[in-house]
Amino acid sequence: MKLLLKIWRQKNAANKGQMVDYPIDGIEEDMSFLEMLDVLNEGLINKGEEPVVFDHDCREGICGMCSLQINGEPHGPDRKVTTCQLHMRMFNDGDTITIEPFRANAFPVVKDLMVDRSAFDRIQHAGGYVSVNTSGNTIDANATPINKGDADDAFNAAACIGCGACVAACKNASAMLFTSAKVSQYALLPQGQVEATERVQAMVAQMDAEGFGNCTNTGACEIECPKGISLENIARMNREYLSATIIG
Amino acid sequence: MGGIIKSSIARKVAMALSGLFLVFFLLQHFSINLTSVFSKDAFNATSHFMGTNPLVQFVLQPVLIFGVVFHFIMGFILEIQNRKARSIKYAQYNGGANASWMSRNMIISGIVVLAFLGLHFYDFWIPEINTKFIQGDMSGMHNGELRYFTELQHKFVSPVRTLLYVISFAFLALHLLHGFASSFQSVGVNNKYSGGIQKFAKAFAIVIPAGFIFVAIFHHLNH
Repeated sequence: MKLLLKIWRQKNAANKGQMVDYPIDGIEEDMSFLEMLDVLNEGLINKGEEPVVFDHDCREGICGMCSLQINGEPHGPDRKVTTCQLHMRMFNDGDTITIEPFRANAFPVVKDLMVDRSAFDRIQHAGGYVSVNTSGNTIDANATPINKGDADDAFNAAACIGCGACVAACKNASAMLFTSAKVSQYALLPQGQVEATERVQAMVAQMDAEGFGNCTNTGACEIECPKGISLENIARMNREYLSATIIG
Repeated sequence: MGGIIKSSIARKVAMALSGLFLVFFLLQHFSINLTSVFSKDAFNATSHFMGTNPLVQFVLQPVLIFGVVFHFIMGFILEIQNRKARSIKYAQYNGGANASWMSRNMIISGIVVLAFLGLHFYDFWIPEINTKFIQGDMSGMHNGELRYFTELQHKFVSPVRTLLYVISFAFLALHLLHGFASSFQSVGVNNKYSGGIQKFAKAFAIVIPAGFIFVAIFHHLNH
């Protein structure tokens, strides 16, 4: 395949940055998108040019590191995949592909296509945990009976890999889907319900403090989420938040 | 107002509740408009009641005005905040791939509806306030009969105004197609009944504005 890549290049966080064209040839349709970028970078290195910086780690769709806004969509045109799981067969020979970093003020660009998503870590630190007494009397989690439906919903919420596609897709750069998944995975389980009130208030306050936009229910996040995190989680977080604010 | 309601979820719920209140008002307004198609006397009597009843005039009307003003000011605040959350825009943004036009352009449909409200106030509300509270004529009478039906018909003589009404209500339908259904999600309703609620909300979003359009065209053709 012969392609024209339009890639965002930015030296560092202070640099302004710009789109740069890179024609590329010899791409096979069985390559993953990141492998295609590896080929591009090998070529750039061989020519003595600076390679394109992009985030990646596990390359099997579970770590949430690979980001990239590809042709206007996070993780590209395929559904329920991360960029490392996106294959070049989704594109046609001769295509022009636009590759940009995830855009949000809360996700500042570090370099080229790499963004700083530590805002998500700070939301998680604000309350995305269960305080467990490790004095030796800790009850085995499996000893507590849990309704199958709730267990499944909590597991599905916990499938969020924190990649940030929800923020990147949202026209408002809202982080509600991520935050709601983290709130839900605990709110649905008896172990998490003890601290539910403080958790939802602290996590929402941190989310707002990071400068993410407001949710307007467009549903783009759910469509673009590589793990299929449902909008039901946002409704649950809204309920949890209202109940924590009104009832306490 | 964005400062008073500090949390993004509180803003979202406030937007949904004010929107639901306006949806309820719309249904009430439409019910009265519809009587004008069937009975001149019924429309006159209802309009006179609504226009002179102290509870409607001095309690419900201020609440309604507050609801409208709150909804559009909060809408603008949310739009500004949301634009600020991504100050560097994408070179290519394929919004249509994952969200409906209606959901992405509530500000556009909202501004059209707001502009329509300006016209509507100019057409009906300001003359009413002038007649009743400046000239002090609370009788509702003109040439020996209640004046409301005649005034209504007179407004829809102009094809330009009728067309503006049609366009405005088409945009209201677009606004409601996202807004009404989405308000349930905002207040936390997403369960086994949501499918039915969504269908009802979308049907309402089409049927009620279409009804307003029907009444406008009916009077344009029958004046």
